[in-house]
Amino acid sequence: MNSTTNIRGNLKSELAKNVSLFSMLVPGFILAFLFSYLPMFGIVIAFKKYQIGKSIWEMPWTGLKNFEFLFTSSNTPIFIRNTILYNLVFIFVGLVLNVGLAIMLSEIREKIISKTYQTIILMPHFLSYVIISYIVLAFLNVEHGYINTHIMPLFGKEAVNWYANPKPWPFILILVHFWKSIGYNSIVYLAAIAGIDTELYEAAEIDGANKWQKITNITIPSLKTLMIIMTILAVGKIFSADFGLFYQTTMDSGALYPTTLVINTYTYNMLGQGGATGIGLASAASFFQSVMGFILVLTTNYIVNKIDSESAMF
Amino acid sequence: MAKVKKISISYILLHICMLILTLICLLPVILVISISFTTESGIVNNGYTFFPSEFGLEAYKYIATAKDTIIDAYKITIFTTIVGTIITTLTVSLYAYPLSRKDFKYRKFFTFYQFFTMLFSGGLVAWYMVCTTVLHLSNSVWALILPMANNAWYIMIMRTFFSTSVPDAIIESGKLDGASEYRILFQLVLPISLPGIATIALFATLAYWNDWYHPLMFVTEPKLYTLQFLLQNMIAKIQQLSENQTYIDNSGALLSNIPSEGARMALCMVALGPILVVYPFFQKYFIQGLTVGSIKG
Repeated sequence: MNSTTNIRGNLKSELAKNVSLFSMLVPGFILAFLFSYLPMFGIVIAFKKYQIGKSIWEMPWTGLKNFEFLFTSSNTPIFIRNTILYNLVFIFVGLVLNVGLAIMLSEIREKIISKTYQTIILMPHFLSYVIISYIVLAFLNVEHGYINTHIMPLFGKEAVNWYANPKPWPFILILVHFWKSIGYNSIVYLAAIAGIDTELYEAAEIDGANKWQKITNITIPSLKTLMIIMTILAVGKIFSADFGLFYQTTMDSGALYPTTLVINTYTYNMLGQGGATGIGLASAASFFQSVMGFILVLTTNYIVNKIDSESAMF
Repeated sequence: MAKVKKISISYILLHICMLILTLICLLPVILVISISFTTESGIVNNGYTFFPSEFGLEAYKYIATAKDTIIDAYKITIFTTIVGTIITTLTVSLYAYPLSRKDFKYRKFFTFYQFFTMLFSGGLVAWYMVCTTVLHLSNSVWALILPMANNAWYIMIMRTFFSTSVPDAIIESGKLDGASEYRILFQLVLPISLPGIATIALFATLAYWNDWYHPLMFVTEPKLYTLQFLLQNMIAKIQQLSENQTYIDNSGALLSNIPSEGARMALCMVALGPILVVYPFFQKYFIQGLTVGSIKG
């Protein structure tokens, strides 16, 4: 008698406990369903003919038509090339810059000064790309911009209409990208350097190693795995571009597209154009990006898993 | 043997390099600040300079006596930032807590449910279609809040915080006292997880304050413009005008609606200022979140 009520009581409390734990999951579960899972099903729009006023499920199927249009469009090779080339520069130049900066920061002995440097270098990360587009405009404004009013005359050159001239933009965008991201990305390496066993350095000092030898023989080899992993993970995202960087910094100036159009800005522009053609092209491009991204992330994670299973994402 | 710390030439060089780098990070922002304090005639005569060529507060006066659009944008930005941060922090903490409980049977499934959203997405078009045709978020203030309120990465960070900083004994003692799960979470677990909460709240505050992407996707009604989107819209209008020179000649009225260059930069400062002021105090939590964030899913 006593034991049955006990069991019943346990069962009840177990259920009650689970009910409240389950109820905590509800808001996040619903939000993820609405904003992440519904669009995953909605990806079939790439195989449908867009019709205004109809939901994705009601539109008629159109097979691979949208993809045929996409891969015969003259813009497609341009944005694919731009997306991949910018990412390659960001990954490999970034690797050198981020590790380099992390090592420099770690060599600074004065704690407060080091913290101050870090605070300042991390600051651009907190600015939105809208603000950054204003900052870039302050330099590149045709009439009053700093470059045209102060730098060009130094070299005896005419003012340049920067937003109509695509040639210098790879350089400008790469500069802006690193200006915003270098502080943020070097922190990961700085944390790893802080974790290196100090006994290694002490032993090297006894052996008479100088600073440079300590960096090349201890610091960099210790960071090797992390460097490989960060690089592989970045390669997994090679088909996606930072929309803010390419849309806001260039002010979406059409004249710059030959060097600035990337997959995300192309998709956005086609979506904005609307109609069956625009939405068709946009949906095909965004399908291509999602699926390629998924395959690449799985592949790269598989490789990371082989190298160092501790660092793999899953 | 006393260790003598000698300052070598290379160490001085290192500091010089770092000083140059910090200048590169600061000068562009200083240029914007300087423009916002320069009078119109100063700008016309000398262009933009790193130090105001003719000091004036015209630009800020213009904003202080601003039209409704700027005031509205401020209200919307503050509203979405506060409400968004509260909803995000709550959603994330509530979801992360059961995942951190080793006695919760289904935590693997629910972790994966969130984690998968980081691996695969429906892409821009499907997302946009769902938000506009299924959820009808166009021109709704919720379009600026809800799409950002659930974030798998924040959940992973928070779960790690809970499972590393909250001892099981505390939860056990709560249970022995007969406290409900919600009471255990809010009165025992959250108070000792404040650094984690601060990290998530900081991430969320910045994301909402800096958001221009969701207004760009969903908002056409000027009443719902955020500060960032108002700024972006202004620059886009000017860009349109300069791309179409003939348009400029017969649209004097349109041009006069756009604030002067100094006022634009002042508005930029108004959107940027709060971050610059608050940021140094919260940087600690930010770095903490970053280093915890690199964990297994």
